[in-house]
Amino acid sequence: MVNFFRRNKAVQLLGLISPGMLWILVFFNLPLLIVLFISFVERGRAGSIKLPPVYTLENYRQLFNACSSQFAGPECDSLLYIGIFWHSVRIGLIVTFWCIILGYPLSYFISRQKQVWRDALMILVIIPFWTNFLVRTYALKQVLATEGLLNSFLTGLHLINQPLNLLFNEFAVIVGLIYGYLPFAILPMYASIEKFDHSLMEAAADLGAPPRRAFLRVMLPMTLPGVIAALVLVFVPVVGAFITPDIMGGGKIEMIGTLINRQFGVSRNWPFGASMSLMLMLLVLIGVIAYFRSSSEETRRAM
Amino acid sequence: MAEYAVEMQDVLKQFVTPEGGILAAVNHVTMQIRDGEFFSLLGPSGCGKTTSLRMIAGFELPTDGKILIHGKEMSQVPAFQRPVNTVFQQYALFPHMTVEQNIGFGLEMKGVGRTERSRRISEALEMVRLPGMEMRRPKQLSGGQQQRIALARALINKPEVLLLDEPLGALDLKLRKEMQLELKTLQREVGITFIYVTHDQEEALTMSDRIAVMSKGVALQIGKPEEIYERPANKFVADFIGETNFLDGVVKQQNGSTVEVELNGTDTICVESSRTFTNGQQVAVAVRPEKLRLNSPVQDGNNLKGRVEDVIYIGTDTHYRVRFAGGQKVRIREQNVNQGYYQHSNPGDEVTISFTHNSPRILTE
Repeated sequence: MVNFFRRNKAVQLLGLISPGMLWILVFFNLPLLIVLFISFVERGRAGSIKLPPVYTLENYRQLFNACSSQFAGPECDSLLYIGIFWHSVRIGLIVTFWCIILGYPLSYFISRQKQVWRDALMILVIIPFWTNFLVRTYALKQVLATEGLLNSFLTGLHLINQPLNLLFNEFAVIVGLIYGYLPFAILPMYASIEKFDHSLMEAAADLGAPPRRAFLRVMLPMTLPGVIAALVLVFVPVVGAFITPDIMGGGKIEMIGTLINRQFGVSRNWPFGASMSLMLMLLVLIGVIAYFRSSSEETRRAM
Repeated sequence: MAEYAVEMQDVLKQFVTPEGGILAAVNHVTMQIRDGEFFSLLGPSGCGKTTSLRMIAGFELPTDGKILIHGKEMSQVPAFQRPVNTVFQQYALFPHMTVEQNIGFGLEMKGVGRTERSRRISEALEMVRLPGMEMRRPKQLSGGQQQRIALARALINKPEVLLLDEPLGALDLKLRKEMQLELKTLQREVGITFIYVTHDQEEALTMSDRIAVMSKGVALQIGKPEEIYERPANKFVADFIGETNFLDGVVKQQNGSTVEVELNGTDTICVESSRTFTNGQQVAVAVRPEKLRLNSPVQDGNNLKGRVEDVIYIGTDTHYRVRFAGGQKVRIREQNVNQGYYQHSNPGDEVTISFTHNSPRILTE
């Protein structure tokens, strides 16, 4: 028996990976199947699901027709949920865009420092991770509040007369999400840019490329894998975010995450929440696959 | 066209060291590089040769002084607008582009059209003897091939000056020797001024029309290979280029161009020199190992007694280490002209070391 394990490399390997595999199977894949199941059954009276299960497609139909939901009120708005989906994707794109725009130069700047400084600056980027996400979001809320730090500062300097409305709107949600997810963009981009050989930029300049063209033709394509990783790492969680829109939006900004959260909470509509979760997954999956397809050639070249 | 392709006028380049001190990587260097010349910057690492090249390319700006390319002052011209191209030490080929895209990059930046570009790319590949390599990626090529692609990528732009930063450093010895000759031939064909940075004195001697020997940020001597080898300006140049025996001594007297030098010890030798020395001046007499003869006295020359200490056979030559009666040691190189090697002298033998009056050189610094 022992000999069998010693000889067989594949069995050894399986032994090594199986705890992780088991974990993913039990705590990720199995629950996903449960969610899939719930999305096709009728809801129970006091939350949860009706037992024995009654199968239905109603939960998916509801996504495209808000009339049948008690939640939509008397008026019919067939685009209500689609609108919220679109709104979430839009916020996701805006946040991802700004995380990359802000993160890329920062990653570049850090990668160009001496080793000691590089490490110190990267620790500064990572440190916020060690603080609870909720605490950080509440802290940012205090900064943007009507009587908050920023408004007090601006009124104190007499730059503005009235405090600005910085909280409980889309702007606040976007700022909060950028604040929360910027490190996720910086880490993979930094890893890419740090590996980049800067003598290639000298070579490009030497061959007559002005700085901007040298960047677009040489540095950007070669650091693209980092940018794509940042894109996925930021966009996917942001589209499904619910804590930040809840706190920064004050309940006024609806995103898919907040909507799903409510189905499993106050609305007690697990099946509808489940169908929305799966739609979100499908949406993100299609988006990511489409992106990889369109940029696979670029990515392969950059590798 | 100005007479000089590149002029460095009193160029100073200072760097701040990690310890906070100031280091002059290039210390008030002045040199003129003629149009169409193969010019080498030769010196040990840290002598300022690469920094000089990078200043000509525009990657570094001089702290003080001027750099002119064909008479035009370059301090306000960024690297991408300078009429020079560089072959980098590690080639710096773009790994995400094909060979074709790499070579065509310069033309693309200039806005040369696609058809014209691909015609000139295949010409360039023809020139470096790698036709049909257009669609390869740099990492699919050997070191020698990458080197040629780097060369083609630079030369296709027809630069006024081509800068080469130890381009053969990463190649093995045999390939390097091959490429040396090839580069020299190529330079004659295209007629472009080459400025070549190397720490390899043999490479510099083989390829260059003129050489600047640099040390510690200073150009010690600029001249043709034979001038540098036969008439080194100082001890550093004599020692760095080839092999040299230094014999310390004092000038006894000078009759016209013949200087009598008393070597530390007992021997006195005569050396021809165009320079004037004062009696009693401390000097070093530099003489190349191959200019010394063993047991074949020269009439009207210096013939000194010595004892063989060591004999080393290295194939083409045999090296002898001989100690003079006065105590100073020299290395002698004899070519193994005859077939069938036999040792002329053995360690411990008494021998006569001979050399003509005009073969050594008297150095004072």
